[in-house]
Amino acid sequence: MNRDNSLAVLVLIAVIIFVPLVSGSAYVITIGVFSGINALIAIGLCILMGYAGQVSLGQAGFYGIGAYVSATLTHHYGLPVPLCVAAAMIVSAFAAVILAVPSLRLKGHYLAVATLSFGEIINIALNEWGPGGPSGFGDIPTFNILDFIFDTTTSYFYLVWGCVVLVLLFSFNFINSRTGRALRALHGSELASRAMGLDVTALKIKVFVISAAYASLAGSLYAHYVTFISPSSFTLFYSILVLMMVVIGGITNLWGGVVGAILITILPELLRSFEEFDVLVYGLILTLSLMFLRRGLVPLLIEKIKQLRGPLIARD
Amino acid sequence: MLAINTIGKSFGGLIALNNVSFRVDGGSISALIGPNGAGKTTLLNIISGIFPPDIGKISFSGTTISDLPATKIARAGISRTFQQVELFGDMTVLENVMVGRYSRTRSGFISSGLRLPFVRKEERETRDRSLGILDYIGLRSRKDELASNLPLGEQRILEIGRALATEPGLLLLDEPAAGLNIRETRSLGEMIVRLRNEKKITILLVEHDMDLVMRISDRIAVLNFGEVIADGTPLEVQKNQAVISAYLGTEE
Repeated sequence: MNRDNSLAVLVLIAVIIFVPLVSGSAYVITIGVFSGINALIAIGLCILMGYAGQVSLGQAGFYGIGAYVSATLTHHYGLPVPLCVAAAMIVSAFAAVILAVPSLRLKGHYLAVATLSFGEIINIALNEWGPGGPSGFGDIPTFNILDFIFDTTTSYFYLVWGCVVLVLLFSFNFINSRTGRALRALHGSELASRAMGLDVTALKIKVFVISAAYASLAGSLYAHYVTFISPSSFTLFYSILVLMMVVIGGITNLWGGVVGAILITILPELLRSFEEFDVLVYGLILTLSLMFLRRGLVPLLIEKIKQLRGPLIARD
Repeated sequence: MLAINTIGKSFGGLIALNNVSFRVDGGSISALIGPNGAGKTTLLNIISGIFPPDIGKISFSGTTISDLPATKIARAGISRTFQQVELFGDMTVLENVMVGRYSRTRSGFISSGLRLPFVRKEERETRDRSLGILDYIGLRSRKDELASNLPLGEQRILEIGRALATEPGLLLLDEPAAGLNIRETRSLGEMIVRLRNEKKITILLVEHDMDLVMRISDRIAVLNFGEVIADGTPLEVQKNQAVISAYLGTEE
């Protein structure tokens, strides 16, 4: 991990610590919790799309698996929550392998449609066979580690954002390593990657697995926070929302996922004052940012900072 | 070292290669020449496993490789460059070479994510070796530039550097001098000879620059319409009547 990213992580940790201290409002912290949950799934999609050059419109499927598996295991069988969250990640990982294998021959639009179908299949399965069917089920235990229960919004905020920091560190580490370089190489030239001895198939499967595991973690954290889940939270609409987050934040940088997730989570809240026109304004803002922010906010900001720094360095 | 036996390949109705056989001796610089469309690149693609031959067999250091996928052939010690440069354009010069170390290292997703001690050590070694390669090919000062920003001559050299990182026993060069000026071509020729002499790497090159080919090759095979029409030393090939008529045409 380079110095700029280490510094950015430290800044993020400082912000995480200070937000609940400065803002006493439970409303703000609740939005913070959802931003963090969305950031987790967005980071996974950034790796999949921005680094490995794959595409997914089915992240809601893994998000749903994460929520349902850990919710069901804790609710019906009374198993410890962290164990069930881990179990859900393993189930999602297997689902990712099943999705990845037929998808390996597909690219671009075709891959998008295949992953979209996967998300829909999961959603239909949850409607048909999930506990409670279309109306879902409640009384899901809140997150707890041994005796410590994360039952306040503030403690849950720290839990979720603690996970975001760990996931970020883990992701930065592997992106700047043998496997991460291989993913970017794959994105650059599949032909040269094969000639250099990269096991293209295994790499593609693994990157799907990683993004699924992150989405699953996000889903589990969601379920244990709201303590009630139904299939309507895990639809194509959510997959597209996550796609929106990473595109607006910038898919070529993990920070793009984090920034995009926060913006897209906060935006509807800020637009409350427009009352019935909020959806219209929301759509307008998204369309404009897609038109004028093609590469995403974070890469744009980094470029601006470099331009500002440039003359300073030259003067030395 | 490399034995190509009766290789045949056709694309639809087009016969690209027909009954092609020749050998590349260990420690030699061999060249594959022939008019455009003779099947030279097709043969390199088959050797490196980009696609399999229809019939025939290729063995490398005694093992059959013609039924292996590209990844395994690379790991067996055959590396290559491309006629149309295939660098990882969005990655730096150093990172391109570091990707070449992939098949010789083993850190996985999880061990890398957790930055385990052996991963740190391996990462340091990868970096040091890659910098060493950049020193060797003279691109060290360019290490942090994006590969796509280099001029073509340096891109071709970088492709060789990336291939060297895989520690090949055999290096396949597909028109390495294409697009280079005379001075660049000369230093490329010197580098190829150095690779053979200092690094003991066997070279098989496809090339149109006859001056370069005749100067550095120990042995030349000539392909025309998918068939080997001559195979011998540069002198023998130059005198070969079939080769002369393939290049210049025959008087009726």
